[in-house]
Amino acid sequence: MLTYNKPLPAQDPLFEPFWDNARAGRLSIQCCRACGDRRFPPGPICPQCLSDDQAWEPVSGRASLVSWVRFHRAYWDGFAQDLPYDVCLVQLDEGPLFLSNFAGAPPANLQTGLRLKVVFEPITERYVLPKFVAE
Amino acid sequence: MMGLKNRLAVVGVGTTAYGAFPETDDYGLAARAFRNAVEDCGVDKNAIDGLLCCRIPYYARMGEILGLDPRWTLPMPAHGRMSGMAIVEAMMALESGAADYVALLYANIGRSRRVNYGGEELAGIWDPWGFTSPGAAHALMFRMHMERYGTTTRQLAEVSVAFRRHAQMHPDAVMKKPITIDDHEAARPIVEPLRLLDYCLINDGAVCLILTTADRAKDLKKPPVLISGVGARDAFRRSAISNFDPDFWYAETREAGEAAYRMAGVGPSDVDALMCYDNFSPTVLFSLEGLGFCGRGEAGAFVEGGRLQIDGALPTNTDGGHLSNSYMQGWALNVEAVRQLRGECGERQVKDCEVVQYVATTPCTRSVIYTRG
Repeated sequence: MLTYNKPLPAQDPLFEPFWDNARAGRLSIQCCRACGDRRFPPGPICPQCLSDDQAWEPVSGRASLVSWVRFHRAYWDGFAQDLPYDVCLVQLDEGPLFLSNFAGAPPANLQTGLRLKVVFEPITERYVLPKFVAE
Repeated sequence: MMGLKNRLAVVGVGTTAYGAFPETDDYGLAARAFRNAVEDCGVDKNAIDGLLCCRIPYYARMGEILGLDPRWTLPMPAHGRMSGMAIVEAMMALESGAADYVALLYANIGRSRRVNYGGEELAGIWDPWGFTSPGAAHALMFRMHMERYGTTTRQLAEVSVAFRRHAQMHPDAVMKKPITIDDHEAARPIVEPLRLLDYCLINDGAVCLILTTADRAKDLKKPPVLISGVGARDAFRRSAISNFDPDFWYAETREAGEAAYRMAGVGPSDVDALMCYDNFSPTVLFSLEGLGFCGRGEAGAFVEGGRLQIDGALPTNTDGGHLSNSYMQGWALNVEAVRQLRGECGERQVKDCEVVQYVATTPCTRSVIYTRG
């Protein structure tokens, strides 16, 4: 039986809605019901107005490429068979930066501003990872 | 901080050998650096009434080992960015009278403990996507610098080549094998676009600085080195990715640098040697732009032709830096600033050295300007 041996998301109640939404095929970010501030990663209160009243809002899943790197070293054994592997930094159209991977091979024409869209890759019964492909 | 110009001084510096020392530990290394700093300045050990401990497990055990009961004690975490922060804290303790002589101690036993700086020991929210390590964060930033400004890895290599050349002139340095730009280009990739020679060393060692007021400094063995300017700005709002900033901490470095220059009454053109926090080689480019040694996006061209080398226009990290001397996380660079101003650097001495600047471009950006007392 194959077991998933890459790192799983940490158990953190703040992030649970994010992973619930991802499992339902929705990328989401935290937003403040009091002042409208939007962010990822989430926080316990709003960093702008300090309100407790925080919610999760689906986003379009569209993004622009900001940067990308290629790992030649496996910091976890679970990534060793993937070497070298790529990580991309994208800016969601709604504002926040998000680190992820390209789903499948990286786009051929990698450059800043390349338009991307989210896809969802199940890794365990509980978790689905948002990844990105060229739009 | 303007009122503190030239009121505080570094009077003693001490370092250990650098390398792998599994036979001792953090405390043993720090104790020897402390003894060397006490001997360097001739202060009565029992007059030291301020103790700052960085990357040392327990300050009370450290005080026990050194035989100290201070009036002022401050522990600081193992993060690399602490040295400039620590110096500012010590200045305020001395100026306020909370302490008369402060010993700042830093020890690193990371090589013998096989520290990785990534993966499970540095768990983070991006782990599921395989993103980890400060080096990867700097690789992301350097890629952005390449895309925005056309900076090349051959230009980046100038940083590693310059510091390696300096390490060859430093008896204590860990890495002395000469390297060329081509060697940098051919080095093993770690997280592209960065390669092995863009990464700091991981080695054991310790550093001690002893600070006091400029008045008290006159009674000690060596001419004091004055702290003429300091500047600071933290950037915590954009911490979603550790050790990463989408603007390379440009505004923060600019602000910290300008504050230090204003306080010291000097500018970049007065700086005889720069001690630049070089956890990874791109940080040096970001620092040069933020401080105004060159324009934004111009650091790649600025460092070409050996400008950072000992005989170049801006000798930088004359001890070899983190890349080739020792991974003392900024602390050894502050020691080198003092030794340059005292004229103790032998083959790597910068001629007529009167103004030396330290800078750490990080989420806690600090700059310190030292002058001859």
